[in-house]
Amino acid sequence: MELLRFFTAGNVDDGKSTLIGRLLLDSGSISTDIIETVTRQSKVTGENTTIDLALLTDGLRAEREQGITIDVAYKYFSTDRRKFIIADTPGHAQYTRNMFTGASTADLAIILVDARNGITEQTRRHTIISAVLGIPHIVVCINKMDLVNYSEACYEAIKADFSKVTAALDLNQVTFIPTAALSGENVVHSSKQMPWHTGKSLLSFLENVSVQPAQLHDKARFQVQYVIRPQTEKLHDYRGYAGTLWSGKLQVGDEVQVLPGAFFTRIQTIEHNLKMTESADAGQPVVMQLEDDIDISRGAWIVPGSELPEVSDTVQGTICWMDNTPFRTGAMKLLLQQGSLNTKASIKEISYKIDIETFEKSPSDDALKLNELASVCIRTAEPLVVDSYKENRNTGAFILINEYTNQTVAAGVLERNLQA
Amino acid sequence: MSNYLDRLEAEAIHVLRETAGQFERPALLFSGGKDSICLVHLALKAFRPGKFPFPLVHIDTGHNFPEAIQFRDRLAEQLGEQLIVRHVEDTLKRRGIPDAKGKFPSRNPLQTHTLLETIEEFRFDACIGGARRDEEKARAKERFFSVRDEFGQWDPKLQRPELWNIYNGKIHPGENVRVFPISNWTELDVWNYILRENIELPSIYFTHERTCVLTEHEQLMATNVFISLDEHDTIVNRLVRYRTVGDMTCTAAVESKANSVEDIIEELKNTTVSERGATRMDDRISEAAMEDRKKGGYF
Ligand SMILES: Nc1nc2c(ncn2[C@@H]2O[C@H](COP(=O)(O)OP(=O)(O)O)[C@@H](O)[C@H]2O)c(=O)[nH]1
Repeated sequence: MELLRFFTAGNVDDGKSTLIGRLLLDSGSISTDIIETVTRQSKVTGENTTIDLALLTDGLRAEREQGITIDVAYKYFSTDRRKFIIADTPGHAQYTRNMFTGASTADLAIILVDARNGITEQTRRHTIISAVLGIPHIVVCINKMDLVNYSEACYEAIKADFSKVTAALDLNQVTFIPTAALSGENVVHSSKQMPWHTGKSLLSFLENVSVQPAQLHDKARFQVQYVIRPQTEKLHDYRGYAGTLWSGKLQVGDEVQVLPGAFFTRIQTIEHNLKMTESADAGQPVVMQLEDDIDISRGAWIVPGSELPEVSDTVQGTICWMDNTPFRTGAMKLLLQQGSLNTKASIKEISYKIDIETFEKSPSDDALKLNELASVCIRTAEPLVVDSYKENRNTGAFILINEYTNQTVAAGVLERNLQA
Repeated sequence: MSNYLDRLEAEAIHVLRETAGQFERPALLFSGGKDSICLVHLALKAFRPGKFPFPLVHIDTGHNFPEAIQFRDRLAEQLGEQLIVRHVEDTLKRRGIPDAKGKFPSRNPLQTHTLLETIEEFRFDACIGGARRDEEKARAKERFFSVRDEFGQWDPKLQRPELWNIYNGKIHPGENVRVFPISNWTELDVWNYILRENIELPSIYFTHERTCVLTEHEQLMATNVFISLDEHDTIVNRLVRYRTVGDMTCTAAVESKANSVEDIIEELKNTTVSERGATRMDDRISEAAMEDRKKGGYF
């Protein structure tokens, strides 16, 4: 059985929580005791529907009281065909960082549009975030179709509008589905009210869309997370490098280079699943031994000599600022974390800002506020392996940490190597 | 690699290795239940042929099922890994905290004291636990790396954003992190994994005959020395099993003839009641019960 991870985005009140509730309820994923609890709460909050579907997803008390989703909530369901992980993200501009978080691990985005309102600033923002984060599939649910008399013309008009928005974006596959989440039209079951829609229902689409865990080139990328040294009598000299092979394939005997550095050696053994094996595939956690005894520490990369990446201490990246305290050039001590590598870093220059609702570039005023998007030039103390995020979602991403507060203050994707 | 169990397993192993790589004194909180048994299995895959870079730590409420305790001791011995046990009983005595009262005196809330003491005693900076986001709503927003302040408290509104496969474990002195490698697993995923990996479990997960009290919510509670019975109680003999292994005082049994992991998976696919709903008396009290306990430092 395959796994599909998706996130949902929409304006407040577009029906996101209702849609997810529908998916869970109609696919039979909600236990009766939870339905009972929610039904009880629905009455308390004075809803006139028998069950307020949104309550199935709005988790924390603060949020229940305010009636909005303020943090990413993860939900799980499965059908006979697939297991699904949903990141339910808040729609407000002030929670852009939460959407970034939920989207970072998603294979697919569901963007909700209220059929009465059409494309809004928020729709544009959600689409731009999906583009920046390279989400492989985008599904636009044009919801509340019941409130526009299930009008095909209305649906087509919104579709055309959306295509205008995305013209400038580097988007992957986009699919449109007209839905009415409250009554469940085209969510799990195909709609009788909209016979003109010949495409799949949302669930059927989610079950059938090809699963791409991430966009990856096929060059092998392995990063050391932890060095295993049993130091027992039997395994006296054993030095195993534990980590995940993020992309490509590695084989025993392959000539590899340890980065950063210029050391070449060969792969002596590969262990996966507690057994010796001849090769490792993308996504697998493995332990490798190398032929030469060199000192390799956490955060170093082991890559084939034939598939070398750029290595540089000056990189260009698009970042989303996630901290309440704004950034000013030169004013904050930062750490950059790329997978298991943690190194001191500084933002040398904010090259330009990206308007998160129009995707237009604008000159920078040397400061970055919460939820702002910018292309920046970063210098690091230790050099980084530079795969552009477009080519490798697993290795081309990083976060920035404030050295004093330890907070994650920004998330970024690598663009290209400046020195190349 | 698109098989869902492979992806969940790889994610959990990655998180375990990040924990070992980023912290100086991690610990694995071992309850003897299926989720922490899976964690131990994942740790084998993450760290063998080396030893675990952390001890197994059990907070013993004194109300545990003997089967679970025996299983715990045997597992630690078989693996040759260090096991640290701290008792709620000792904390209560030493600090003069009143013991749990009532018909079903649950020490579940009290174990938080012992846990926080143990963290302080060994200066653990990361505690790995088997909590899953599907267990209940407050957990749905929990991070893999969840920072707790010096008082062990969790602030749901001040969580760090957690992106991609990058986990920020930086903390200030006195703070610690709770790590949840199987956050993304559901109850059914755990069972499918146990089946696939052929993982051994304590016997109480499988059907057996037990003498139980029928509670007012129609739940079956095993009779034992900690529960005070009176003449109004309905005592029944039933074929039961446990869906979670908590305290004998607050974990209900479910009627079941499931004798194997396959049977259990079949049973779960047809069940209509959630894991905590079926088995935890304490969560029924309030919808926000878990959220409140977590803020106070609970697992
Ligand atoms: N008529 C109609 N109402 C809907 C539909 N979907 C959601 N709603 C209602 O719209 C309101 C907001 O929905 P909710 O799911 O809470 O929106 P969220 O803020 O995006 O999560 C609620 O009153 C829903 O009942 C729909 O398809 N048709």
